[in-house]
Amino acid sequence: MNADVKACPIIANHIKVALVGQPNVGKSMLINSVSNSHLHVGNFSGVTVDKTEVLFDYKDFHFTVVDLPGTYAFTDYTIEERVTHDYLCAEEYDIIINVLDSTNLEKNLQLTAELLTMSKKVVIALNMSDEAQKEDILINAQYMSELLGVPCVKVSAATKEGIEELIEAVVVQHENDSATPKLVFSEPVEEEIAQIVWYLDKHKYEAINTHRNIAINLLKNNKKTYAKLHDEPIWTELQPILIEASRHIELHHDSDDIKEAFAEEYASFNRGIVAEVVNQKQVVQNRTLTEKIDSVLIHPIFGIPIFLFFMWGLFQLTFEIGAIPMDYIDMFFAWFGETIGSTIANDDIRSLIVDGIIAGVGAVVLFVPNIIILFIGIALLESTGYMSRVAFLLDGFFHKFGLHGQSFIPLVTGFGCSIPAYMSARILKNDRDRLLTLFIIGFMSCGARLPVYVLFAGAFFSPEMAGNILFIIYISGAMLGLLAAKVLKLTAFKGVDEPFVMEMPKYRLPSVKLIWHTVLTKTMMYLKKAGTFIAAASMLVWFLSNYPHNTILEESYASKIEKTQNETEKVVLQNSLDEALLEQSYLGTIGKFSEPIFAPLGFDWKMSVALQTGLAAKEVVVSTLGVLYSLGGDIDEESNSLMGAISKHISFASAIAFIVVIMIYLPCLAASVVFTREAGHIKYFFYLFFFTSVVAYVMAFIAYNVTLFLV
Amino acid sequence: MKTLIDCERSCKVKVRKLNAKDDLKQRLISFGIMKETIIEVLEHAPGKSTIEIKVGKMRIALRAKEAELIEVQKI
Repeated sequence: MNADVKACPIIANHIKVALVGQPNVGKSMLINSVSNSHLHVGNFSGVTVDKTEVLFDYKDFHFTVVDLPGTYAFTDYTIEERVTHDYLCAEEYDIIINVLDSTNLEKNLQLTAELLTMSKKVVIALNMSDEAQKEDILINAQYMSELLGVPCVKVSAATKEGIEELIEAVVVQHENDSATPKLVFSEPVEEEIAQIVWYLDKHKYEAINTHRNIAINLLKNNKKTYAKLHDEPIWTELQPILIEASRHIELHHDSDDIKEAFAEEYASFNRGIVAEVVNQKQVVQNRTLTEKIDSVLIHPIFGIPIFLFFMWGLFQLTFEIGAIPMDYIDMFFAWFGETIGSTIANDDIRSLIVDGIIAGVGAVVLFVPNIIILFIGIALLESTGYMSRVAFLLDGFFHKFGLHGQSFIPLVTGFGCSIPAYMSARILKNDRDRLLTLFIIGFMSCGARLPVYVLFAGAFFSPEMAGNILFIIYISGAMLGLLAAKVLKLTAFKGVDEPFVMEMPKYRLPSVKLIWHTVLTKTMMYLKKAGTFIAAASMLVWFLSNYPHNTILEESYASKIEKTQNETEKVVLQNSLDEALLEQSYLGTIGKFSEPIFAPLGFDWKMSVALQTGLAAKEVVVSTLGVLYSLGGDIDEESNSLMGAISKHISFASAIAFIVVIMIYLPCLAASVVFTREAGHIKYFFYLFFFTSVVAYVMAFIAYNVTLFLV
Repeated sequence: MKTLIDCERSCKVKVRKLNAKDDLKQRLISFGIMKETIIEVLEHAPGKSTIEIKVGKMRIALRAKEAELIEVQKI
């Protein structure tokens, strides 16, 4: 390349690639191996729900790769398919990389056949070639390229084999002027196509698309092609030819649906291709490993108990293993606070740093081990392929509550974080189903609520019980969500059910790297949030709880403390001074003001405040409690930790009611924003706010009084 | 007339006709379920509410209501 071109490389050597393929063929993973980016990867259809662009350089070329959501056919059935469909039809791009799963060519080619009629340059990536090799599937890529008229390259996103050849092929194809893929139909259809092409040729019809492709699109009832030709003068003569042709094809296929007829055409073309290029050693048709595992995991009787056992195990691990490093983290922050505190002379600043930021952030960081274990569990569920099995098992049950089996996927994602859960609800086609799912995702307790649960479970239950309590909290939240779904389905979201047709992916052993990466990213996000958002919130809470200063009160107590000789008396006086100061602070005023509202639930003003700050984020509940109790009259030795302070100051019944509110009410600010965007209108946010608040209040009231009655 | 839901576990059938309408029909076709397709029934969920079938190499979950719309014949 000469220097002039390099001076303006973006225009000169820019290749924009659209990455297209059926769901779960490893498109995102392929991008990750090509460009070293880190897109989310899972083993179920619908991981990528929106298009993502990735940029990278190769030799003298600048690549923009657009990762499009997976689509089975070139239709606009679900939102994600619509994203792909609209992008391919309307946007500007240079070339398509069509990603295929080498172990399932025939099905994957169904989409390819449709792409080949688009008159775009196409390169085919035969992905998962390592897996195909293991299954003794030999593909002659060279021959396949010749037959289809487009380059086919064997690659493996997992082992990074063939990646370079793929990019090379893209460059070569990009430089090529013309690209005419070969797609052959059955004789009767070819005859009709030839007829229309002949007619278009005769009239020297001018278009970007080839006459053959126009003919095919016309026969397929492609709306856009129709609309375009409809305004042309040749239409009047063309129309009768078309009608006749369609009738012939339908007759030949014994069907009244031209789309079905073409699907059959594509299928038989693909069968032909596969028969030519694939050489699979004929093994005796044994049950595949996936089918063997399925016969246990989705067993009609044992399937659901096995699933419940997995979930129970996950929460046990979350608590048991997560508790081990907690003491050390706790000790570290206590030591850290003291060390830092002793170097600061100014009382106010010391209090801000130690009681505000360190206590607040420390309370949140404490739960990192629990979060990591929960995220590992969810990552395993996503990457092994078990997620779709659970959707299969639960569809019947879910259906009774007016939910769709596939709602299970966003709902489980909701256990990690509500935000990706709201996004993944896009896999549901029907708007009503989707809204219904969006409304109850909040009932699935997200990772950020885990700290609150661990805190309270640890404070009120023995360590052996705490894991079970966690499990009960999560399950009852989910149950409540189902009931809420039923109520909403009967009232707000009445309507017909969406059909349930879902692919069950092959089981895959997740790579350690993949799990490590997913968990690391999510954990870093949690820590980052603790360092920024939570730290800021802690400072705010600290400020609101320290100001305004009341010098009269301080002085009157100071003189009282001076007068007494008794040491214990002094401590008591100091404690009641702190308490009195806290109560007259801004936060105390807010708390006192809202206390009557929460009084029927048995909350003191500190809990009321924590709930309100929790609207920003659930971690803030813990940090608020941390700040409030480390400032308040809680300086005796045995209850130094927050857990101790809570078990000392909060009654059992109030704690239960508190957990119930946390379980149900609005997730967090960021999630609310995403919810509003996904739901499509701000009014839905107000519905959600009203709905969750009322349910939370009523359920907490019941829980409080039942617990009072029982204990 | 026999439909897919009448099939027992691990029985193999051939599709005769799709009685589904527009969108659902397109959906089934895009999953490779069309006339002449060979389907193997793999598993039934509790209460036969959902079934797992195999088309080519792909496993697909279908609700009973959808399975009823697929007319099949024994092979």
